[in-house]
Amino acid sequence: MALLELRNVTRRFGSLEAVKNVSLAIEAGEFFTLLGPSGCGKTTILRMIAGFDAPDEGDILLDGQSLSGVPPEQRPLHTVFQSYALFPHMTVAGNVAFPLEMAGRPKDEIRRRVGEALELVHLVAKAESFPHEISGGEKQRVALARGLVGRPRLLLLDESLGALDAKLREQMQIELIALQRQVGIAFVFVTHAQDEALALSHRVAVMRAGRIEQCDEPDRLYTQPANRFVADFIGKVNLIDVEVLAASKVLLALRAPGLGEIAASDPRPLRAGESGTFALRPELIRIFGRKESADLKNRFEGKVKELLYLGDVTLYKVELANGFVIEALMPNAAPGRAKFHEVGDPVAVCWRHDAGLYLRE
Amino acid sequence: MARHARVDRLARWGMTLPPTVFLLAFVAAPALIMILASFREPGEFGGLAPWNGASFEAYRFLLTDIIYAEIFARSLLVAVLTTLICLVLAYPLAWLIARSPKRRRDLLVLLVMLPFASNFLIRIYAWIMLLGPLNLLFSPWAVMIGMVYVHLPFMVLPLYVNLERHDPALLEAARDLGAGAWTRFSRITFPLSLPGIYAGAALVFIPVFGMFAVPELLGGTGDILIANLIKEEFLQNRDWPLGSALSILLTVAVLACAGLATLAARRGFKGTEAVS
Repeated sequence: MALLELRNVTRRFGSLEAVKNVSLAIEAGEFFTLLGPSGCGKTTILRMIAGFDAPDEGDILLDGQSLSGVPPEQRPLHTVFQSYALFPHMTVAGNVAFPLEMAGRPKDEIRRRVGEALELVHLVAKAESFPHEISGGEKQRVALARGLVGRPRLLLLDESLGALDAKLREQMQIELIALQRQVGIAFVFVTHAQDEALALSHRVAVMRAGRIEQCDEPDRLYTQPANRFVADFIGKVNLIDVEVLAASKVLLALRAPGLGEIAASDPRPLRAGESGTFALRPELIRIFGRKESADLKNRFEGKVKELLYLGDVTLYKVELANGFVIEALMPNAAPGRAKFHEVGDPVAVCWRHDAGLYLRE
Repeated sequence: MARHARVDRLARWGMTLPPTVFLLAFVAAPALIMILASFREPGEFGGLAPWNGASFEAYRFLLTDIIYAEIFARSLLVAVLTTLICLVLAYPLAWLIARSPKRRRDLLVLLVMLPFASNFLIRIYAWIMLLGPLNLLFSPWAVMIGMVYVHLPFMVLPLYVNLERHDPALLEAARDLGAGAWTRFSRITFPLSLPGIYAGAALVFIPVFGMFAVPELLGGTGDILIANLIKEEFLQNRDWPLGSALSILLTVAVLACAGLATLAARRGFKGTEAVS
């Protein structure tokens, strides 16, 4: 049985359907992420799980028991709020002790478990500080300790890393993964940052306009996006409108208007004549000089339009014959100074026949 | 640099000069006159007797006659009771206003302040009309009703300003972590509103302690407070030194209360400055 289950959950605000018939199951010990642009319904789902909001249709079950009618204070799950919502008039230790006091635990047990929780997030030295005396990263860790100390069945995290700067965020991401592994409590994380979702989660549900577009492991989301929206939302991608010319069990011939034939592969039975999108990640494209030969199925000539040197990699924007601009990422992995194809250089972009993906929608 | 510093200093002086002059002329000087007057002998027909060395007669008289201690204690009691009643009445009201939608909030605050649009004495006379038929006039009840009525807005406003600034996420967090409605109030809302409570209490307690008009108009002969006593000493008994000494005692008592409250507040406010 799944730890938490959403069954056909729908939530309406007036005429707006914020969550449309969403079903999903979260397993014990899982790091599950709801990912989507703002307004996609991910926070509404989180608030319904926490009990601050209730579904109009459908049901939410914890260990197979319906949570409907159970107020937030009686649900065995805790939330780490976006603003942390630390109690400003209580010390760090007081904040962390709060859920244990609410549960009516004896004093010596509270003291011991608060100490353990603070040790877990490396904040023992700040136990007697007040929230306004500590840094943003420390506040984040207090909020985590406060959410975890009562050993909830599930920890809900609402855009919890959003308020941190980039460096600190990366550090907190690493800490969060380690922490989740250590405590073994299932995390449900809500974010609009796709890199964060990929880095942290066991599984990610990508949401758009109240629906789940795809729910999968991070690497499968990246390499096997279900549709154009997911491909575009997760990472960088080139999206080319194509038409199926011919399809066999292993090989797929696509025609891109003004460009020519693209060789791909797809195990699905596709019919010639249908149209869709060809999705190709920039790092799977190679760039060669026009004279160099490459033993790759797909080869198109173009001109370097722009390039962005990013240190470890260089992003090229290559304009193809039909005016389509394709993005290619080349690692600067050779020792010494990076060698560039300069702007205006005539080049050829190439990729393996199994590099890209044909998407029907 | 030096020029700038000098201009800065001049500007600062220029800005602080008018209030400084005002305070010196209308607070410090009268207080000094009162202090000096309290150490003199009363003149035969009012005023002060010619200077004849410092006299402690007024203070000796105040401290030996039990009636003064009684009236002092009664004033203190009225001030404390009024403050508590105002707090109990104002808290739910301020809380409701702070939780109303933004547009209605401004209207409700305006309604709380509306009584200030008419004269204070006229409103007290209106209470005479209301309390007379109820047979409550010239009683301690009438004094308490009048005191609470006059000072309620001074409690509502600072409480509202404080409560309105509370982050609703804190209550959600408390609820999420297992706190029921009463615990959310006692552990989160109430401690966070302490600065508002202290501010409101000071704004009610201090003027009530020295209030003169309400007991004068609504109270009976047995309901006089320290301020009425001061008036009596100056105008009826023509004992200026005694009136001055009473005034000074009142001021010292108020300052002492304010000082104690500040000390208590410093301890209790730790962390709450961050939100209010």
